[in-house]
Amino acid sequence: MALKTEEMVLNMGPQHPSTHGVLRLEVELDGELVLDVKPHIGYLHRCFEKHAEAMNYNQIVPYTDRMDYLAAMYNSFGYALAVERLLGIQVPERVEYIRVIMGELQRIASHLVAVGTYGVDIGAFTPFLFGFRDRESILTLFEMTCGARMLYNYNWVGGVSHDLHPDFVPMTREFLKYFKGSLVEFNNLLSYNKIFIERTANVGVLPLDTAVNYGVTGPNLRASGLKWDLRKNDPYSVYDRFDFEIPVGSGEKGTTGDCWDRYYVRIREMEESVKIIEQALDQLPDGDVHSAIPKRIKPVVGSIYSRVENPKGELGYFIISDGTVNPYRMKVRGPSFVNLTVMGELCKGHLVADVIAILGSIDIVLGEVDR
Amino acid sequence: MYNLLNNLIGNEYVAAVIAAALPLFVFILPFALAAVLLERKVSAFMQDRLGPNRTGYRGLLQTVADILKLIQKEDITATDADKKLFNLAPVLVFAGCYAAFAAIPFSGAYIGADIDLGMFFIVAISSLVVAGILMGGWASNNKYSLIGAMRSAAQMISYEIPTALVILSLVLVTGTLSLHQISEQQTAYFWNWNILGGAGLGFSKLLLIPFMIVGFIIIYISSLAEVNRTPFDIPEAESELVAGFHTEYSGMKFAMFFLAEYANMFAVSSVVAALFFGGYQSPFGYLGNTLGISWLVPLEQFFWFTAKGMFFVLVQMWLRWTLPRLRVDQLMTVCWKYLIPYAFVNLIIVGLITLL
Repeated sequence: MALKTEEMVLNMGPQHPSTHGVLRLEVELDGELVLDVKPHIGYLHRCFEKHAEAMNYNQIVPYTDRMDYLAAMYNSFGYALAVERLLGIQVPERVEYIRVIMGELQRIASHLVAVGTYGVDIGAFTPFLFGFRDRESILTLFEMTCGARMLYNYNWVGGVSHDLHPDFVPMTREFLKYFKGSLVEFNNLLSYNKIFIERTANVGVLPLDTAVNYGVTGPNLRASGLKWDLRKNDPYSVYDRFDFEIPVGSGEKGTTGDCWDRYYVRIREMEESVKIIEQALDQLPDGDVHSAIPKRIKPVVGSIYSRVENPKGELGYFIISDGTVNPYRMKVRGPSFVNLTVMGELCKGHLVADVIAILGSIDIVLGEVDR
Repeated sequence: MYNLLNNLIGNEYVAAVIAAALPLFVFILPFALAAVLLERKVSAFMQDRLGPNRTGYRGLLQTVADILKLIQKEDITATDADKKLFNLAPVLVFAGCYAAFAAIPFSGAYIGADIDLGMFFIVAISSLVVAGILMGGWASNNKYSLIGAMRSAAQMISYEIPTALVILSLVLVTGTLSLHQISEQQTAYFWNWNILGGAGLGFSKLLLIPFMIVGFIIIYISSLAEVNRTPFDIPEAESELVAGFHTEYSGMKFAMFFLAEYANMFAVSSVVAALFFGGYQSPFGYLGNTLGISWLVPLEQFFWFTAKGMFFVLVQMWLRWTLPRLRVDQLMTVCWKYLIPYAFVNLIIVGLITLL
């Protein structure tokens, strides 16, 4: 006689150590086997888009910082770029270079948190602190420049809030030199660890067509094998002047598009970011960073969709202007939000431990998912 | 020790109880406190941090403060928990861990209960821990606890098999289950240790060495799994199951789980040391014998025993802060597809060698 069994519904989150914030996963379990995963979001909703309609364009910048708080520099970069395109202003070259340097430093910082916390998700605690140790150096550079360590309000429309500190360039070079060695150590500790590979290779495979259908972007898409990076495919700012590679997943340890690929693409992107920053520091021109900042921002009636390659993926701003000082409508295409949708697809048929591994490999920030 | 106490007190039951309980209060409780601090300091060292350094001189009183805090905490029992089992579980886990120490020889002069079936007793009494964890997980009425407890039961029971097989192969060599006698046999110098083929001489000793090393590796891996340490800390996998079977526990009950875990680390380490690395025997002979001070010898033995135990505890910590965690099915694969077959083959070969 067969015993009657029933499925168990496990609520993971919103208070759970590995949901990376306040995400709730409704996991349907048959023993340890996952039958279905439904993400529930909205615990961190702050009405950014509606709020933006009541503010003028400059006041919105700090709010963009608070979306993906691990990549605040890049969010405001994308926003400033969108408004500048709407206004039709050209910012000084020095500003472009500073933005790229800050943006790429921020990408490294964001990826360090991503791979570090991914280690914790898999059960290795030490890489996490190594990641945070190196991120700390980047935050010191940011603090030196604009006084803030997390939410910078740095990229203003038409310029940046502060020029670089005189020590910034040598200190950044020193950090990059150190960081290259640090990445090797990180790889030895985590990336090529046998247990880590066992846990992540062939787990949560995201085929390219599924990824494209769901609109997945960023490292997650590239891990599935598509060379798609807005810095190359739709160059903005001064990215066309730098020589760097777009790392894609190759299924080195398992199948293309598995968790290990998604993880490793981030590691290799950090290496590429180091290259970009080095080139940008070499080319950094002189100039006034405040010269193009408009006194009053009042775009003509019209709309713009402007996108940048944020550390998490394609970050798009859609702004409709009705000719007043406030935007009529502001819509954000958040990469974390879109990438999260593929979660349910990836988890089916895996074990509970894999849900955490997959969620960690997608690398979401709830501040931006919920906005 | 027992005989001494028996003569002093004149009542054999009281003497037995005191002899068995003494290591608990004199050594194990302070050890568990120290080990928690050590773990935090070791992890801090590995992770470029400072670790606790505020309470007492260089943070030495940190765990004492933590335990005092835990004692003061509210003892919460979840509403729908099975109260009896919920309260019994930490006691069982604690008792199972500490009872094992009764049969562990700390030095030639001190062993809580010198029973002939010492090793068997330790393996058997450690199984109480599984029952306690299962009880705790079930009684908490929490899904995470339940999953953690089920994983833990499966894991600990599975990994007892390779442990027992390795112990069996060692029994074939030594001919006894008493840890005291096993330690006694590996006397004098380190080439008499079981990992180097035991105290016997001749061809079979040389033949035994590789199989003893394999046996040691198997039992050390299994012991990691039995005390739920990384890479086998699946029952309490904090990133998946919050805290596993002890999610719902707070205050002193939590502290009991916590202390039991650290005590257990030393228990399995000292068993490994006693089986393969000469137990309390010094690797280089005794200063006390050379100088002719007889009371120095047991103290030296205690030192060597603690040092060997601590060495393996440190290796456990080192592994914990280096390695990620396996998945539950991979854990079972490691046990059933690798460790158990190897342990079996090892047992057979060791048996054949001892026949020679």
